[in-house]
Amino acid sequence: MAKADLVGGTLWEHYSTKVNDRMLNPRHMGEITEAEAAARGGKLVTADWGAEVCGDAIRAFWAVDPRTDTILDARFKTFGCGTAIASSDMMCELCIGKTVDEALRITNLDVERALRDNADTASIPPQKMHCSVMAYDVIRKAASQYKGVAMDSLEDEEIVCPCARVSLRTVKDVIRINDLKTVEEITRYTKAGAFCKSCVRPGGHEARKHYLVDILKEVREEMERDRSKAQAPVKGFSAMNLIQRHRAVEKVIEEKLRPMLAHDGGDLEVADMKETDGVTEVYVSYMGACRGCPSAATGTLNVIEETLQKELDGRIRVLPA
Amino acid sequence: MNPGAGHEKRPSTIPIGLLPQAVLAILFLMDRVYLDNNATTIVDPRVKEAMEPFWSQMYGNPNSLHEFGTEVHPYMRLAFDRLYAGIRARDRDDVLITSCATESNNTVLQSVWYDLVRSGKKTEIVTTQVEHPAVGNTCRYLESLGAKVIYLPVNAEGIVDADILREHIHPDRTALVSIMWANNETGLIFPIRELAALCRENGILFHTDAVQAVGKVPVDVQAVPVDYLSFSAHKFHGPKGVGGLFVREGAPFSPLLHGGEQMGGRRGGTVNVAFLVGMGLAMELAVRALPFEQTEVRRLRDRLEDAVLSLPGVSVIGDRELRTPNTILMSVKGVEGEAFIWDLNRNAVAASTGSACASESLEPNPTFVAMSLNNELAHTGVRLSLSRFTTEAEVDRAAAAVRGAVERLRGISPARAV
Repeated sequence: MAKADLVGGTLWEHYSTKVNDRMLNPRHMGEITEAEAAARGGKLVTADWGAEVCGDAIRAFWAVDPRTDTILDARFKTFGCGTAIASSDMMCELCIGKTVDEALRITNLDVERALRDNADTASIPPQKMHCSVMAYDVIRKAASQYKGVAMDSLEDEEIVCPCARVSLRTVKDVIRINDLKTVEEITRYTKAGAFCKSCVRPGGHEARKHYLVDILKEVREEMERDRSKAQAPVKGFSAMNLIQRHRAVEKVIEEKLRPMLAHDGGDLEVADMKETDGVTEVYVSYMGACRGCPSAATGTLNVIEETLQKELDGRIRVLPA
Repeated sequence: MNPGAGHEKRPSTIPIGLLPQAVLAILFLMDRVYLDNNATTIVDPRVKEAMEPFWSQMYGNPNSLHEFGTEVHPYMRLAFDRLYAGIRARDRDDVLITSCATESNNTVLQSVWYDLVRSGKKTEIVTTQVEHPAVGNTCRYLESLGAKVIYLPVNAEGIVDADILREHIHPDRTALVSIMWANNETGLIFPIRELAALCRENGILFHTDAVQAVGKVPVDVQAVPVDYLSFSAHKFHGPKGVGGLFVREGAPFSPLLHGGEQMGGRRGGTVNVAFLVGMGLAMELAVRALPFEQTEVRRLRDRLEDAVLSLPGVSVIGDRELRTPNTILMSVKGVEGEAFIWDLNRNAVAASTGSACASESLEPNPTFVAMSLNNELAHTGVRLSLSRFTTEAEVDRAAAAVRGAVERLRGISPARAV
């Protein structure tokens, strides 16, 4: 939260002058007919994207010169909010004069930037970035139709957050490299999830293939597995001599058990260690609050044994000294 | 006489730098048209005047024993008389003064949660899918505390009827039923007398959020057996920041705001005397204007509704006989709601939309979702709501602006009108 959030109802105050202008007077609104395209020596491409039931639908028209692949003219019809109309209009403007391959490099971020009044101020409020994504998608749709290829083949990366155009690879990398633990941190690093928030978790405005909460969980689990692989289980416990085994046991007690016991005001120490029939017997004596605690001889002992077995070797027994 | 006569003309604040010269010329001649009266209303000039002495002259704390405190008491008594009379409350019932209807709703729902649900006497709260967030989100909060909440759907007419309610209540389980008197988006009036009576027969407490009913339709707590009823001054030409909560004598009650002895210990916090006085007069004026609402406001609403319905691809939600006399919820095929009200705003007409694209969270209004068979309403619904201050000339200007917006945006849309 910030002071600005306490006012509310500021949606339209964040529209740039250019956005307002294009909502009211779109320059490229309309259709291109087959005859019009032919008269300019071009081939007509018509592409539909979105659906009215989803709240956004666009039909883009391109007249493309088949010899040079240059987009001679571009027009649109849009069902959608003001941002969708302004983005559609700017999308057409950015396409005109470019080749189809060049147009494919235009993203919703370029459309948003082109609508800014000055370089440092976004032209639309964050949640409205979503409405500009349609302008990017319809370019791919039109290009795929012109080229006669599948639309998916024109996207080389798997995109998690279409608003900010952040790929799955990028999200995974920032989590790993920066040891991120929350979705808020991912958003701070990448801007993924900062706009319409659909990609944060299921149940948002739009269903997504990937959600940041799931990616975070998955990568954290992978990282945890890698870490435990690097540390434990300690290989060759049974091959160690008793001194080495004692050191390994002390290490586990120090890292895993002592903090837990200290929480309740207790402590323990290893009084003795022996090996009997291949089983390592660890004799412990309690200190502090653990001494005389009724569960010290039962529950706590079990926890200590299980922890040592998991971390070191299954053939460890823990006994009271 | 139009009870709204005499309201002040205000200058336009539309950013004029963006407008073409022709539009600019018209704008200077034309006042803004306010058709968002279900969101809030203009303060009646008489109400504003009645509140004036309580800022700098009679500013005493009514709980003080000295003259500064006691001199405001007659004005407070008059205000309470007007509020009690406005909803026909009996002297032995309470009409508590709160900060808003949201507080009133929270007070009832949280009180029932503490007294009946948390204590294990009963388990369920029943409400509807079309409540205002002041009830809907409070119920969601109670769910997070462990309450079971049932959200009733609306029927094909957009109404919660007694048959739907009967299926979902049980004398042993249901602690409270909370159903709005009239819906804020559609204006549809719910059969509140029947619903409340059904709960009374089954020994179940009944609360109604009457925010959209007071001042638009008669509200009589003696004819309708509600236990609790919420209202808000700014919806009937009173000030913002003050509301009321009717609590029938004997209905279980725990305060939401603990504190001083105000409201007999049922709602702590120094009473804003100016607001109470304003709300009292606003209530009296609103009740006095009810026949005017039912005739003149209805006539203007119908005039506007007929005009918008004459446009191709425009529909209006709900039978007009079943609606509050001031409300139109329209849907324009192929035209998204936010773009539509943006266009109307450019042409000096204020309306509202529950479209997903117009909210911070991109979530459509819950009423739109509950009423929307094909999800279309969730993107196209636009509400026009009048008041007793709306004039025929304003309605005609709004009709022209609606026609202009429909034609312009339909021209941009790939969808056909029919």
